[in-house]
Amino acid sequence: MTPKVSRLTLAAFLGPAVFALAVVGIAPMLFAVWKSLHFFNLTKLAQQKFVGLDNYAAVLTDPVFWQAMGRTALLFAVSVPVQIAIGLTIALVLHRPGLTLWKTLTRLALVLPMATTYAVVGLLAQVMLNQKYGVINQMLGWLGVAPINFIGDPQNAFIAVILWDIWQWTPFVALVLLAGLSTVPPEIEEAAKLETKSNWTVLRHVQLPYLIPSLVAVLILRTADTLKLFDMPFTMTRGGPGSATEFIAILIERVGNRQFDIGMASAQAMIMLALTILLARLYIRLFYREVR
Amino acid sequence: MSARSRGLVTEALLLAAICAFCVFPFYWMVTTSLKTQVVALQSPPAWVFAPTLANYVEVLFEDKVGVALVNSIIVAVSTTLLAVCLGTPAAYALARFEFRGKTDLWFWFITNRFVSPVVLAFPVFLIARDLGLRDTHLALILMYLTFTLPIVIWICTDQFRSIPRELDEAALLEGASQWRIFRSVCLPLAMPGVAVSSILAFIFSWNELLFAYILAPKNAKTAPAMAVTFMEGYDVPYGKIMATSTLIVIPVLIFALLASKHLVRGLTMGAVK
Repeated sequence: MTPKVSRLTLAAFLGPAVFALAVVGIAPMLFAVWKSLHFFNLTKLAQQKFVGLDNYAAVLTDPVFWQAMGRTALLFAVSVPVQIAIGLTIALVLHRPGLTLWKTLTRLALVLPMATTYAVVGLLAQVMLNQKYGVINQMLGWLGVAPINFIGDPQNAFIAVILWDIWQWTPFVALVLLAGLSTVPPEIEEAAKLETKSNWTVLRHVQLPYLIPSLVAVLILRTADTLKLFDMPFTMTRGGPGSATEFIAILIERVGNRQFDIGMASAQAMIMLALTILLARLYIRLFYREVR
Repeated sequence: MSARSRGLVTEALLLAAICAFCVFPFYWMVTTSLKTQVVALQSPPAWVFAPTLANYVEVLFEDKVGVALVNSIIVAVSTTLLAVCLGTPAAYALARFEFRGKTDLWFWFITNRFVSPVVLAFPVFLIARDLGLRDTHLALILMYLTFTLPIVIWICTDQFRSIPRELDEAALLEGASQWRIFRSVCLPLAMPGVAVSSILAFIFSWNELLFAYILAPKNAKTAPAMAVTFMEGYDVPYGKIMATSTLIVIPVLIFALLASKHLVRGLTMGAVK
């Protein structure tokens, strides 16, 4: 039985939350759309004027914007497959029976990186990756590798961001995939293990179909979070050296907050938002069709 | 050694490696925070040294990290309480009532997870400036609702659904109003969900940097935004940075361990059960 409730009751229950989210979520977004149609620079307020789609045209033809997008895409393309590969391995180990106490402890340890304040993760990188005083270079030294200038060199700084992203988010991917593995009905898994000794066959033909929803979730969330990625590289490198680690969110922050060009930053933000929505829809289409 | 026990040893070693991988940066953070600047700048880095709490005393009382931590607590607690007050009735309505547009409404709540703060930060900066809300706790408390409110709604809707409807129906026959059923029957039973979503909302607010950095540059500055300012300048005070980091991270790690089973659920917002 579904209780029929009056509109008034419904409004009383839902109204406050809807109103609050509209005020903080929708209103600023509409304001951003409006500002993105203007020349609006905080240092040149007198020249403020309506320019139509000029900002969008400028952003779409701006190599700096596309370079930042390219960097963001490259970060995603390198770190997410690694996260999925290592994450799946961890999930499979944790999924095996036995060593229960150890596994509970490991699961607790896995929770730590993703909860850590992202800004602090970037600071940790600064300290641990320093060429002279950093512990990572000390460890590499034990293996006979010469000290690497991680933060100061453009290419190495990019690699450092990738490594740190992998550190923070691999545990997350592992736990999501572990949740996926537990959706495989135990009797099917048991039967398959009696049929074949190959773990790979079990993974490919029995577990993988059940993992698809988790994998789609990982792809969607990692895409959204990579596009949002700001705190960690910002505290680690400030987008530098040069613009080597200037990912899209850092670029928008620089244009808006350090160049005061809010009209342009808004246009960039809108394009990024559109891209996020587009990609999320694309993933759902591509992968869920297979399951059906 | 038999093949089976060898397998177990390999597995145990693998688990230990995973734990070390996750925990080592925290070990390094805490030990560095106990080093004097001279020890911190030893090359190669020292593993054994005489620990000191001087960095903590210095950052808490001289560098105003203490004030920033208080700001962080005020903002995170307030936004969490507000999200619970606004979110639980909405979650109850989504779990119990049928109405047109329910799926759309639900979808809209959840999509907030995907919106980058950088989309909202500048318009809000302009609005807050005009309203005189810039650099106030209130501006941050309200903006953090963009992620705390969806998380409360999502987790509590699930929780309310798990409460048997018969309870509602019995109370309805007794003549109780919908509001009374929600307040006195269902909400007390939904407390586990309220607790979990509060912890998650607190963690996410505590960790937030971008809104804080743009909207609250001085008086309402939160701890993560404070930590950023340390990296400016040439003489990088490693011990102090790590002491600040430790102070910021310890509370979230405790909360994360308390809600460890639900943290992934919270981060995926329903994409994974």
